[in-house]
Amino acid sequence: MTERRVSIHVPAMTRVEGEGSLRLRIEHGKIEELALDIFEPPRYFEKFLEGRRYHEVMDIVARICGICPIAYQMSAAQALENAFGITPTAWVRDMRRVFYCGEWLQSHALHVHLLAAPDFLGFDSVIGMAEKHPEAVRRGLRLQGLGNELIRLLGARSVHPVGACVGGFFRAPTTEQVAAMRDRLSAALPDAEALVAWSAALPVPDDDQAFVNVSLRHPSDYPFAEGRIVSDNGLDIAIDDYDQHFEEQHRSQSTALFSALHGEAYLVGPLARLNLNLDRLPAASRELLAQTGISFPSSNMFHSLLARAMEIHIAVVEAMRLLEYYAEPPIAHVEVTPVAGVGCGATEAPRGLLWQRYELDDQGIIRDARIVPPTSQNQARLEVDLQQSLRAFGLDQADDALRLRAETVIRNYDPCISCATHFLKIDVERR
Amino acid sequence: MQRPHIAVHKFSSCDGCQLAFLNAGEDLLELAQLVDIRHFLEAGIADEYAQVDIAFVEGSISTSEELTRIQRVRANSRFVVTLGACATAGGLQALRNLDDSNEAWKHAVYAQPEFIQTLDQAEPVSAHIEVDFELWGCPVNGQQVLAAVQQLLFGVTPLDPRDKVCMECKRQHAVCVMVTEGRPCMGPVTRTGCGALCPRFGRDCYACFGPAENLNTDAMSQRLQGLGLPPSDIARRFLFINSHAPAFHAAGRPFYREGFADD
Repeated sequence: MTERRVSIHVPAMTRVEGEGSLRLRIEHGKIEELALDIFEPPRYFEKFLEGRRYHEVMDIVARICGICPIAYQMSAAQALENAFGITPTAWVRDMRRVFYCGEWLQSHALHVHLLAAPDFLGFDSVIGMAEKHPEAVRRGLRLQGLGNELIRLLGARSVHPVGACVGGFFRAPTTEQVAAMRDRLSAALPDAEALVAWSAALPVPDDDQAFVNVSLRHPSDYPFAEGRIVSDNGLDIAIDDYDQHFEEQHRSQSTALFSALHGEAYLVGPLARLNLNLDRLPAASRELLAQTGISFPSSNMFHSLLARAMEIHIAVVEAMRLLEYYAEPPIAHVEVTPVAGVGCGATEAPRGLLWQRYELDDQGIIRDARIVPPTSQNQARLEVDLQQSLRAFGLDQADDALRLRAETVIRNYDPCISCATHFLKIDVERR
Repeated sequence: MQRPHIAVHKFSSCDGCQLAFLNAGEDLLELAQLVDIRHFLEAGIADEYAQVDIAFVEGSISTSEELTRIQRVRANSRFVVTLGACATAGGLQALRNLDDSNEAWKHAVYAQPEFIQTLDQAEPVSAHIEVDFELWGCPVNGQQVLAAVQQLLFGVTPLDPRDKVCMECKRQHAVCVMVTEGRPCMGPVTRTGCGALCPRFGRDCYACFGPAENLNTDAMSQRLQGLGLPPSDIARRFLFINSHAPAFHAAGRPFYREGFADD
């Protein structure tokens, strides 16, 4: 056994959304301390929402995260519609999927190229990577740009879009706008295909781990904005029952909370979604995945990047399908009449399951709000992963190598630290 | 000639304004050629203590750590430019300033509030240090940011559009949603810069770009009242994303009641 003492402190994580730091202490060949501290300041969104009218919610929750505002808006819309007993039209449901496709494209392309890939190709940032891999980077930026365009089609702007409302959308795109978007999507398909092949060939570590996957599951399609919550260890519940199976804990050193499923860590996000929904892939995506030669479901966490690339392809294919026979609808949203009640909503944010619950009075004023973002759900799993990955990597590796591996493991989850803080309301013992 | 050094710093925020750079596509790569980016954590560049020509700051100041950090940013930067509503006016999280909610909310949200260290108020950067230029908007408009960068690089004071969203609606030939549909549009008191997106999408402006110049909030309130909004709803129109901006604060505060709720 080595007598070496290693103390690694990364005071500010790079290439992640938000502020977090990492502490790692190894003594006598054992990990004595390992923690991802989240110190992003709390912003108390759940409290802002109390006393606001239902139609203000969409513009508030968007501000939780600049990278995935649509996820927050879509879970909120669903929860409020459930509370009011409203069923959106088929057109609205289709366009919400298209809207969501835009966000997955934008967020995943950002993560794959600007945040994650530099780790596997030996660069500090995309700027350095762009000099050696200009085509790969440009392809990524094009796909990211396409995602932003798709969001603008329905939401006017890509960060904190303004187009969605409870009941549907404020305005329907014209057939001309949609036709132009269809052309852009078909033109981007070769990029999406090439990205999958490129991602499958990236030199990622081989590190199989046992973990529980959790995602939504839709009766026929790959899950975006609706479904039941399932896991690969037998969970299959309606979204209203989330609370009975999942719980959150608050720990020191963190402004985020940790979630557990029946007391255990679990994974949400692209890899979990793909693992649980292989039979829901569009045919073209399924064929593309088979060509990679990598078998799924996968228990190698580093296949998350490939799962993200696959979901970029799925998003392009799905958006093309949903816009193929587009016609302007007679109405873009159904009228809303508030009633007192409770409603839950759950959709698949780029980073995984995003659950919300609202209690409203008969005037449509929010009396209680709860929001559980994906990053806090992954937090416990991420800590287990760090322990296992570093041990598998070898604790006798050089400090720099250990630090880079730990950072790579963290970035692989695409943690969104702004999302993970600020809400996370739990049962509090009040003194 | 040495390339100008720039830094992007994040404080209490959602990251959405930094995306003005990260979503810029080819322009990001071009910018990286024109300037030397010394600190930008999300882009993978970390040198917090770097001396720079321009520091872009996203987010409001809401913890004592952030207060120390923003003072250091000021000391190390020739120009400090705020990026968006949080840094410029406190942002949505400044709602907790309205009734000194910090302590109560901390206890309601966290099981172990003793681990949460926050200042009593979430404030704009200018409450703590001198700011050279402020970019409004939630989020900032990407083109506006890149134009400001370009102007600063040429040594010119960036253009600061302060007229009202109403003016932009006219320029865009958008139909007025207040006049034709009776929507409680905040365009008459809100600074332009977004491109009048909401009215063009058939909805009322919710003032995410903050107060315009020469605004008349009394007339605005009366108009909202005329449209049938109760006082608490009028307060909420002003006390939203830019609640800490003085003009909006003054307009909304008198109608503000605990939790905003109607009785």
